[in-house]
Amino acid sequence: MKRWKTLMQAAPFMLPSIVGMIVFSLLPIVISIVVSLTDWNGLDKLNAQTLGERLCGLENYGAILRSVEFWNVLGHTVYYIVLYIPLVLVMSLFIASILNRNMRGIGVFRVLYYIPVLTSWVAASLIWKWVLSPQYGVINQLLGYLGVRGPEWLTDKFWAMPAIVLASVWKDMGFYGLFLLSGLKAIDTGYYEAAQMDGAGKVRQFFSITLPLLTPSMFFCVIMALINAFQLFPQVQIMTEGGPNGATQVMVERIYTYGFKYFRMGYAAAYSWLLFVIIFVLTLVQMKLQKRWVYYES
Amino acid sequence: MKKKMLSFLLTGAMFACMLTGCGKAEEQAEQGTAAQEPAQEAQESDSVDISAEEEGEEEVTITYANFNASGGNEETLQKMYEAFHEEYPQITVDIETIGYDDYFTQMQTRVAGGTAPDCYELNIENFAAYANKGVLAELTGIDVSGYNETALSAFGIDGKQYGVPGNFSNVVLIYNKDLFDQAEIEYPTNDWTWDDAMEACEKISALGDDIYGIYQPITFNEFFKVAAQYGGGVLNEDKTAFTINSEENLAAAEMMIEKITETNVQPTDAQMGGMGDWDLFESGRLGMIPTGIWAFGAFTDACDFNWDICVEPGGTRKATHFFSNALVVNAESGKKEAAATWINWLASSDAAAKMRIEAGWDLPAISDEAVLAGYLEITPPENRQAVFDSLNDLVVAPIIEDYSLMADIITDKLSRAASGELTVKEALDQAQEECGAQITMQ
Amino acid sequence: MNHSRKKAMQEAFSYLTAILVGVVVIIPFLWMLSTSLKNKGALMQIPIEWIPEEPSLDAYRTVFSRFPLFRAICNSFFITVSYTVVTILSSSMAAFAITKLRFPGADGIFKLYLASMMIPTQVTLIPLFVIMNRLGLINTYPSVILPAMFRAFAVFMLVQQMRAIPNDYMEAARIDGAGIFRIYWKVIMPLTKSAIATLTVTTFMESWNDYLWPLLMLSDKNKMTLTLALNSLNGQYGTEYNLLMAGSLISMLPIVVIYACAQKYFKAGLMSGGVKG
Repeated sequence: MKRWKTLMQAAPFMLPSIVGMIVFSLLPIVISIVVSLTDWNGLDKLNAQTLGERLCGLENYGAILRSVEFWNVLGHTVYYIVLYIPLVLVMSLFIASILNRNMRGIGVFRVLYYIPVLTSWVAASLIWKWVLSPQYGVINQLLGYLGVRGPEWLTDKFWAMPAIVLASVWKDMGFYGLFLLSGLKAIDTGYYEAAQMDGAGKVRQFFSITLPLLTPSMFFCVIMALINAFQLFPQVQIMTEGGPNGATQVMVERIYTYGFKYFRMGYAAAYSWLLFVIIFVLTLVQMKLQKRWVYYES
Repeated sequence: MKKKMLSFLLTGAMFACMLTGCGKAEEQAEQGTAAQEPAQEAQESDSVDISAEEEGEEEVTITYANFNASGGNEETLQKMYEAFHEEYPQITVDIETIGYDDYFTQMQTRVAGGTAPDCYELNIENFAAYANKGVLAELTGIDVSGYNETALSAFGIDGKQYGVPGNFSNVVLIYNKDLFDQAEIEYPTNDWTWDDAMEACEKISALGDDIYGIYQPITFNEFFKVAAQYGGGVLNEDKTAFTINSEENLAAAEMMIEKITETNVQPTDAQMGGMGDWDLFESGRLGMIPTGIWAFGAFTDACDFNWDICVEPGGTRKATHFFSNALVVNAESGKKEAAATWINWLASSDAAAKMRIEAGWDLPAISDEAVLAGYLEITPPENRQAVFDSLNDLVVAPIIEDYSLMADIITDKLSRAASGELTVKEALDQAQEECGAQITMQ
Repeated sequence: MNHSRKKAMQEAFSYLTAILVGVVVIIPFLWMLSTSLKNKGALMQIPIEWIPEEPSLDAYRTVFSRFPLFRAICNSFFITVSYTVVTILSSSMAAFAITKLRFPGADGIFKLYLASMMIPTQVTLIPLFVIMNRLGLINTYPSVILPAMFRAFAVFMLVQQMRAIPNDYMEAARIDGAGIFRIYWKVIMPLTKSAIATLTVTTFMESWNDYLWPLLMLSDKNKMTLTLALNSLNGQYGTEYNLLMAGSLISMLPIVVIYACAQKYFKAGLMSGGVKG
């Protein structure tokens, strides 16, 4: 009885969201599962008949898993994620803690730090190409002062991905920083007052109050960064187009290429579902792990 | 509990989807007959007879989507349409001009969704796929006399015409006169071979550390043309098999790549340092660049040195590129005749051609030299005649259904050779093998 | 060292780091500004020309003259504001139900929401287009607004924030005799103000910058949005960068303004003086 009551109570609140999910998300997603079982070219009219005629079972999945390319591409994606996620989290936490200070004129910095998020990738990548230029770029010039010969960044097989990570962190840190800031702002100042009375220093306060209470926001950022990182696309498309020699080919770049350039939409859909399985499993693991490090007050 | 809920939702959604899926086919059939009744005849034959234009037809409104006018030529296109509408008052055209970047993603989605415009523009890569997958209407009885034959032939498949060339741009050799003067060598001429060019390159490169002789992109586009200059090609004559690693092609690829890896008269990617090839030329550090005539405007604005053009160097023979977009009619359209009338007028009428030239947009793909003459009067470059001289040896792109895939495989292998990862021979052998494995030829 | 000197030092240090990060962040923006003031579509020049030789507003003039920009801006505003309002309402309601009403299946639905973000939009694009066509929504404003009903990202974010709100608040309100809608609107929503402000900014930005979906949905010129108008600046043989940058800056301006306005909700201690202590 109680369960029925809570369900009825929740229904009006969930209704718009659930209807939206079924029509605009679940339905297309289910269709894409069916597409992944066909060799539909993405150009013939999409309807039940076309898909029915082109069914080919699990052929696409087999072909992808057997291809060398898939494993290379997965490797590049993992390389990106391993570098990107820690870096972007640390940087956004850094930014959020700067912006959380009650200094005069902090509003200006808040706007300033958000500007990279607003900048289009077209503009951002042009400037990053310049920053990363082996001979004339700022980064290598600075390294030169330190007596280090900078790498050839975007044209070097090993360094191209770190270069993309740098640009992505620069562009995204304001985005995640903003979420962490709103998490910081939600922390009850009473805690700090109490800690101060107990004589706890700033560093101690950060580790025993700020960090634990920020973990729900951190968790959000980790999951979103993971999902977004697996779907990395525009910056690669614009900065390297998958090069040099395929070293920055990543999952979604391949999916787009197969679906919209090579007209192998079934193959692209199967690729997406493999991607889905990977992200889903990783997210589930995160969800299990969150009990260990994420602190919810209620 | 959670799992049950999840699987319950999933199954529910699947059912919903299947139901709508089943309903779809019937519904579509109904809609089709209801909406397109008047166009039944055109629908049945699935081809259009342009010659059968009837004067004083019923009034029709057609939709036309293009990317060619984006980036500054919308007004010219609108003027062309106004002239067309005066001639054919019964045909109204709704023009959609869309930026190049996402044009093909949106067009593919609309075609697959069954709501493509009546006629539209395609670049050559996409034309190959669209035509082979049967979403374009065949254009029959077309008046071909006005068109440039090579350009027209690019859009015919197995003797059927699926598109008309809507515009035309070819590639010439653009060179920095000042650098040639400094190196004290003669300017290039129309009958230069690559050997002559290499000699000049070395002298120009010797002028300074960051001065280079030439820049020729290591791409499929360049490769199939250079292959033709050496008497080769990527497909056999009846397009049934790849011939990527032939002797002639090897000579061509070696010429392209050794000027980076051996003589370094062309900068490596790292030496480019993120600059584009045009940027390098504009900065006065590049002797020669084979590129499209669409560069004239930018170079006129940006170069503070003298430059001119000539026909691109050749190997054992001359061969030059051209780029042309196809104007096509949607096979599902109910107004095919009107659509074909409009694209044919847009591509080949004198009125449209003149407007195109006056606006400095690009060249119309027509053969009437009197109309084209206006183009020669614009300078720089002084030797604009070379644009027409280049037309004598045009190569047509090797159009197959999986054009983009083939192009990407070959480009990838060639750039691996350019970076020293593979030898030129290995690159071509691997390209031959991968194309054969991944692409089935009809 | 006395206390106030230490404090002053700390403050100076704070400003210094803030400014340092600010410089790193602002450089590309300055470059955009500088390019937009050049009178030709100058490409990458090395070394970079920071201050245009002959600065001019020509690029802005061209951008304004080339399209019915005013109409496009109005459309963009209408669509973006509606989209943002729908997102905030629908997502906050769902997040409230998931975290505070604890109905059976809430966890499963939440996971389904998360899962829906993991499929790249590239493969659902054509199916979604076909669905919209079937619903007869193509070329209507709802086609670009209704998808806001379901934004997994927004629900996820609000769920994380609402989870951090102690249930004591709910109980206290219940004891006072408040109904469930009242609790949502008067208790929970105010407590998530800073998160809502953040979400407003990001949603506004996403919708404002969205390009491909409006391109597919709105072919009618009268319904054209600003991004659609600006996109026709890119051509097959390259782009005039001064125009592109001028256009980007024009379209960035409203988001910066919205963001600056949303600032006042990023205030510390929203919960201080609450039940907990």
